[in-house]
Amino acid sequence: MSKDDILAVLNAADSFKVYTQRDIKKVPTLRGRTVINMFFEPSTRTRTSFEIAGKRMSADVINIAGSSSSVVKGETLVDTVKNLEAMNCDILIIRHGEAGAAELAARHLKNPVINAGDGYHEHPTQALLDLMTIREHKKDLEGLKVSIVGDIAHSRVARSNIYAMRTLGIDVSVVGPPTMIPVDIEKMGVKVFHNLEKGIKDADVIMMLRIQMERQNKTFFPTLREYSNLFGLNRQKLKKAKKDVLILHPGPVNRGIEISPDVIDGDHSVILNQVTNGVAIRMALMYLLLGLSDETVN
Amino acid sequence: MNPVVLNSQQISRAISRIAHEIVEKNSGCDNLALVGIRTRGVPFAKRLQAKIKSIENVDLQLGILDITLYRDDIQTGRSHPEIKSTEIPFPVEETKIVLCDDVLFTGRTIRAAIDELMDFGRPAGVQLATLIDRGHRELPIRPDYVGKNIPTSKSQSIKVRLNEEDGEDQVVLVDAPQ
Repeated sequence: MSKDDILAVLNAADSFKVYTQRDIKKVPTLRGRTVINMFFEPSTRTRTSFEIAGKRMSADVINIAGSSSSVVKGETLVDTVKNLEAMNCDILIIRHGEAGAAELAARHLKNPVINAGDGYHEHPTQALLDLMTIREHKKDLEGLKVSIVGDIAHSRVARSNIYAMRTLGIDVSVVGPPTMIPVDIEKMGVKVFHNLEKGIKDADVIMMLRIQMERQNKTFFPTLREYSNLFGLNRQKLKKAKKDVLILHPGPVNRGIEISPDVIDGDHSVILNQVTNGVAIRMALMYLLLGLSDETVN
Repeated sequence: MNPVVLNSQQISRAISRIAHEIVEKNSGCDNLALVGIRTRGVPFAKRLQAKIKSIENVDLQLGILDITLYRDDIQTGRSHPEIKSTEIPFPVEETKIVLCDDVLFTGRTIRAAIDELMDFGRPAGVQLATLIDRGHRELPIRPDYVGKNIPTSKSQSIKVRLNEEDGEDQVVLVDAPQ
C-alpha cells in the first residue's frame, strides 16, 4: 500500500471508531452485502474483529473454519473461493497457513479479498491497527523510533509493520536472538539488535511479539526461561526506552514469557486499544473497498 | 462569469427571516433543536442559532450530522468521501429537530439525514430549513423553511459559498460545462 492509501485507511478508521462508541453501533453502509470470513488457522481477535466490523456495517457475515470445510476432503483453495464467488460473496476475508493464499484467491475473484494473515508473510490489517494506535498517542508518525522484539522470522505481524512503517518514514529496529532474525533483514531498512536493552534504547514504541510454540518444530532458543531472561520485557528493562513509551502486542500474550504481567497491565500498554482499533480499521477497509474490484489488501 | 443569485446581504436577510419563521411556527423555543448537515448546513445552522438567540434570548441546542455512511449511492464505486464527525449532544427523544442544509435538490441527502437521526432516537418531529431550493426532487421530501427558490435545469449547479467555509457569502448559479 502506498503512503496515501495507508493514511486514507487510518483517517477513515478514526471516524468509524466514533461510530463504534455509540449506543447504536450500526450504520447501513454495507446493508445487503455478504462478507465471508474464511479462516484456516485459529483466531480470537482477528476473526471476531472482522465479524463485528462487518455486522456493524449491516453486512451479512458468514464464518467458515477451514477445518470444517471441504478443504479437508481435498478441495483446492481456488475451487473453494470460486464456489463462494458463485454464491455472490461481496468481500472475502481469508487467513491461511501458506504465504500468498490471499493473493491467489484475489487473482481468481472479481470482488475484493482481504488478507487476514498468510503464513509467515503478512498480516496487513494488524499493521494498520498498530499504526492507528500509535498515531492516537503520538501525533507525528514520521521519525518515531519503533522496536519490534521477538520471533521476527516467523512473524507476519513484524513484516507487515516493517513495510508499513518504513513507507511512513518510521525508524524501525528489530530485536531478538540471531536464530529468530532473518538474514539480510537490514535490506528492509531496519536496524538489528541481539540485545534487548540496546534494542529498545530511547524507543517511542515497543512492539512485543509472541513466542509461537505452535509454529516451531525445532527450538530456536535453549529454554523458555532463558528467552524470557534475555528478551522478555519487564519494568526494569523498560526504563531504557523513552519515558512515554508505548507497548504494543498483537496478542495473544504469553504472560510472563515475552512480557511481564505488570507491563501488560501497566500504564504504557495500549494492547487493548489495539483491539478496539482493529474493529474500526476493518470497518474502514470494508467501506473503502466497496465497489472496487481486483483488489487485494496486502 | 456565473450569475450571483444571492449576495451577502440577501443571504443575511434570508437567514434572519428563516430564524423568525422557525420561532413562529414552533411557538417559541421549547424542545427545539437545530441540526446542521455537513458541510455547509453547519454554518447555516450556527447562524440560525445565533439569530434566534438575538430574537428570543434562548440558546438552541445544535447538532452536527455527517451523512456519508447513510448515503444511497456508496455502492456505485465512485470515490469515497471523507467521513467527518457527527455530534448530537442532546437527546433526540421527544425533541423537535430542524434539519439545516444549504441546498435542497433531489432530497436524498435529507432522507439519509432522517435515517441517521432516527438511529439516535425518536424525535417528536423533524422540520427542514434550506437556504436554497433548486427543485428536481427525486423523493417526496419538502422543506418547511426556504431562503430562496431558484429554478434550475438538471445540468446546472448551485454553489453556495459561506464565509465560515469559503471566505465569502455568495450563492452562484453555474452552467453545465459545454
